[in-house]
Amino acid sequence: MTSPRPAALPTPPPAATREAYGPALVKLADAGCDIVALDADLSASTGGNKLAASHPDRWFTVGAAEQNMISIAAGLASTGKTVYAASFAVFMPGHCFDQIRVQIAQQRMNVKLIASHGGISVGEDGASAQAIEDLALMTSLPGMNVVVPSDAVEADWAIRRAAEDDEPWYIRLGRPKLPIIHLDESISRFDLGHAENIREGDDLTLIACGLMVEPTIRAADALAQEGIGARVLNMASIKPLDEEEVIMAAQQTGAIVCAEEHNVIGGLGSAVARTLARHCPVPMEQVGIEDRFGQSGPWQALLQEYGLTAESVVAAAKRALARK
Amino acid sequence: MTTSTATPADTSTLLDVCKRIRRHIVEMTHAAQSGHPGGSLSATEIFAALYFGGVARHDPANPQWTRRDRVILSKGHATPVVYATLAEAGYFDRDLISSFRTLGTELQGHVVRNKPPGVEMSGGALGMGLSFAVGIALGHQLDGLPDDEGQIFVVVGDGELNEGQNWEAIMSASHFGLHRITAILDRNHFQNDGPGDEIMRIDPVGNKWAAFGWGVQHVDGHDVEAVRDALLSARARSDAPQVVICETVKGRGVSFMAENPAGWHGKGPSDEQLAQALEEIEAGLS
Repeated sequence: MTSPRPAALPTPPPAATREAYGPALVKLADAGCDIVALDADLSASTGGNKLAASHPDRWFTVGAAEQNMISIAAGLASTGKTVYAASFAVFMPGHCFDQIRVQIAQQRMNVKLIASHGGISVGEDGASAQAIEDLALMTSLPGMNVVVPSDAVEADWAIRRAAEDDEPWYIRLGRPKLPIIHLDESISRFDLGHAENIREGDDLTLIACGLMVEPTIRAADALAQEGIGARVLNMASIKPLDEEEVIMAAQQTGAIVCAEEHNVIGGLGSAVARTLARHCPVPMEQVGIEDRFGQSGPWQALLQEYGLTAESVVAAAKRALARK
Repeated sequence: MTTSTATPADTSTLLDVCKRIRRHIVEMTHAAQSGHPGGSLSATEIFAALYFGGVARHDPANPQWTRRDRVILSKGHATPVVYATLAEAGYFDRDLISSFRTLGTELQGHVVRNKPPGVEMSGGALGMGLSFAVGIALGHQLDGLPDDEGQIFVVVGDGELNEGQNWEAIMSASHFGLHRITAILDRNHFQNDGPGDEIMRIDPVGNKWAAFGWGVQHVDGHDVEAVRDALLSARARSDAPQVVICETVKGRGVSFMAENPAGWHGKGPSDEQLAQALEEIEAGLS
């Protein structure tokens, strides 16, 4: 794959990870990839409408019918297509888990589920619109790849990387505009099952995904001010998990903090904890949603309310260090 | 490549095929002491017509033939009728039938895609088959398959129509103009908990389907020639998706099952019941 942007451009404006989807689809179709994309009446929000505009024969909307969309995706994949199906994370998997389970995962179909509006950062729409449990559902399905990109550049990489194999994927995207972390090629590209080592450090390791990566980097900066060397891993690939990197981090730094925009049950922290428990138990702390539903509010205020901040990561790091 | 069903079976052969399928159904559910004989016996003529009546174009020697017609069991618990038919059609060795529902077998309790080859879709969670067919039909349309190739036959149960996803699929099939799809309703009037009219009424089911823009035919689902003719006629249509509503009896061919269909949704017969069932099937008492 080629670099999406040449190195050493000025800092780009913030962008939502969901904004990567439409342009990535168009790139795939332009490249002659045999893709078909499906939407369920949310195509302006997912960005699927961009493919509708450029390659109308490659895009279908099924209306507000997520169950139908998933089984249609499976049927299309059975004819040899690479299928992308997009909706909001509360509706997909929320509204169609059984269809994903039986028709996508059990049949091992070449379907890439693109779930926009993940987490509580959806904001004002409130609890029913805020997916805090989607990663738990998706990681529990045998054979499902689960990815949470940290910025729009990584989202573009992941969405297009998914087309290179014929496996089922779940890629969780978000609504708010976030700073771009992946500014140049000096930072390693996304690949499935591989952690990205963003910052070296020997005192503990901070592991984050999605919109928690950027505040986690700021937390590492703050800890550095206090003389604490925090390693930072961007774990966009939650399943398969880069167990080797997690074990090495535990062995070399002796304490772990996980940060994610998801219930602390069933997401990144759970996956890392399982690896640590089996291979190298060290003190571990979690930053995440403490088993409660979301609510309406501006997304930044919600992140504060639910403790998804750089300050929370710093505090968790100190708790973990105290237990070493 | 040509199709393998160039010579449809004559009437006496079709009747004989139905007997053989019914025999397999009661034998495999007896051996497993579980499984779903009632809704398999009701769908026997449907499967015989599809695979032996010259309706579905398929090739047991090449199950992945890209231009094949696809037969999808949406009521995914009725595996006995599927395995019995595929074995009789030559997809796999008849000896495998006795492994039904045992550890390590391909013949799982509910359908699993490609196990054995010829099974097109995993199911068992009801209501997904018509949507899956919509996806296949869209794929065939994108690939520019000729109108009379790549037809999709979806066998659905009447209890299954309680599931809302069916109606999403029915709506979208006509919206997309997917004439390749033929739904076959096994209208046996019983579901897991009892008579469909008491559990959740679906009538007037034909009118509902018609209101969604489908072509509708009603047929005696145990008249194998009538079923075959209706399916051939549906297959030839290229204006709208079609449904053939097959009026059937759950447990057909085995008196004690047909007389108590609610009791024979999901269990296997005893030794004595098997003997009686085989006798009745042989005599064609249905």
